[in-house]
Amino acid sequence: MSANPGKSNIIRLFNVTKRYGGKLALNNITLDIKPGEFIFISGPSGAGKSTLLKILYLAERVSEGQILIDGINLARISSTKLPFLRRRFGMVFQDFKLIPSRTVFENVALVLKVAGEKPSYIKKKVMHVLRVTGMEKKANHLPPTLSGGEQQRVAVARAVVGEPSIILADEPTGSLDSESAQRVLDLLLGYHQNGATILIASHNIEQMDCFSKGRNIALEDGKLKRISTILY
Amino acid sequence: MMRFLSKALTDIRSNRFLNIITIMTIALSILLVSVFMLFFENTGRVLSAWNQDGRAMVYLNDSFTPAMLPNVKEQLISTGGIEKMVFIPKTQALERLKKEIGSKTQFLSTLQENPLPDAIEITMTTHSSFDRIQKAADRIEALDIVDTVEYGQGWLGRFFKLFNLFKMTGYAMSGLFLMIALFITANTVRLAFYARQTEVEIMRLVGATDGFIKTPFYVEGLLQGFLGGILGIIILLTGYLTLSSGISQNLGAYVYLDIHFLSWPAVAIILFSSTFLGWFGCFISLKQILGPWKF
Repeated sequence: MSANPGKSNIIRLFNVTKRYGGKLALNNITLDIKPGEFIFISGPSGAGKSTLLKILYLAERVSEGQILIDGINLARISSTKLPFLRRRFGMVFQDFKLIPSRTVFENVALVLKVAGEKPSYIKKKVMHVLRVTGMEKKANHLPPTLSGGEQQRVAVARAVVGEPSIILADEPTGSLDSESAQRVLDLLLGYHQNGATILIASHNIEQMDCFSKGRNIALEDGKLKRISTILY
Repeated sequence: MMRFLSKALTDIRSNRFLNIITIMTIALSILLVSVFMLFFENTGRVLSAWNQDGRAMVYLNDSFTPAMLPNVKEQLISTGGIEKMVFIPKTQALERLKKEIGSKTQFLSTLQENPLPDAIEITMTTHSSFDRIQKAADRIEALDIVDTVEYGQGWLGRFFKLFNLFKMTGYAMSGLFLMIALFITANTVRLAFYARQTEVEIMRLVGATDGFIKTPFYVEGLLQGFLGGILGIIILLTGYLTLSSGISQNLGAYVYLDIHFLSWPAVAIILFSSTFLGWFGCFISLKQILGPWKF
């Protein structure tokens, strides 16, 4: 059940369980994801979609089980190495998570700054990504002055500017109108076609129609209900 | 580093009011400490100068006869620290006294015998510290032939005790004010951090290291401390220039006053301390805030 059977898994989950107090958010999830795969995580609210993404980018620790990212066991990673692992991910959130006091350019450039890139490279790369996402002309704008769709395109630009191998998107179109949502999905599709592994969590199953191939992981009450192949 | 400095300056500008309050608090605390330092440095110097000739009178007891003088002088030299000795026989002392006050009273002419003792006026080589003179005087007083030693221990001793009491109070108050400044600096950093909590959270998500997140706060703390120190020194210098000319004009004719501003090493110590204060306040805050953030 993988897009690239010949490749080794980039993400592996073994019997992953996550509890918040006594409540099970994820219940015994086992899953392998190959590099370059497209994964659509679906399920109703409270199914565990966001929790699954959070434990992948280490915003949360698992209660039980093991996760391997590119062969690295997340349970054994030290807090000093954690930032370097996070740089392998590009993340898109429903609430954008942009810094309101920094310009579009600065928000996107932050990823490269924390990685210690040179200013000349940062400028060139950020402007290129903003051009691709159609935000070049708004480079000097502050996020609160932009529409929701534009903010999400900035968030996508920030997610891809560091050329991460994995992009995680948590309800990336949840607060957007259909036209803006389509534009954001098209951008993610473009990066997927360039080879990035993409995991999108969304309750809107119709969005799967945008992607020609991949896998749908359906969650319900924290359990893996079904894994199906998307083929249109 | 320039990137962090520029970021810190931007943050200071964006939280202008809070930062001005912090810088002012540090400046006032540093001012208070500097005032004490200036006062003690100058008072110590003036007191030493008053006592700088290091003279003392050694009064000999009744068993002394002039024939014993060479032996007594040898004993005095053996106690150490004596530069010069002048023997003043009691007859000479009485003559001197009569010259000074004889015209004002008939009392001296009615005396049946000379009540004054023979004395030796000594000048110490250790003429800087009151403590050292006191110790030398104690050694001399322990000699059998010596009755008492007079070196102004009464009023000067009391003055030194009072001075030391002021000094201790000054240290305590300086410490207290520095603690207050530290507390306020730490709280400013905490408020600045909470104001930028979203930003810090996003930085973490995109892979920023602790160092990358903390450095602008540290630079901000260092800048606050340094600017507070500079401001404190400027206020002190202004006050010093205004007051010192007035004091010299009014009191200079009556008493020896050698007033100076703080030495360069003292200014450097103050600036270093204020900068350290800014850094330490930041350190305390970030340790408390970012500790639980560690994943």
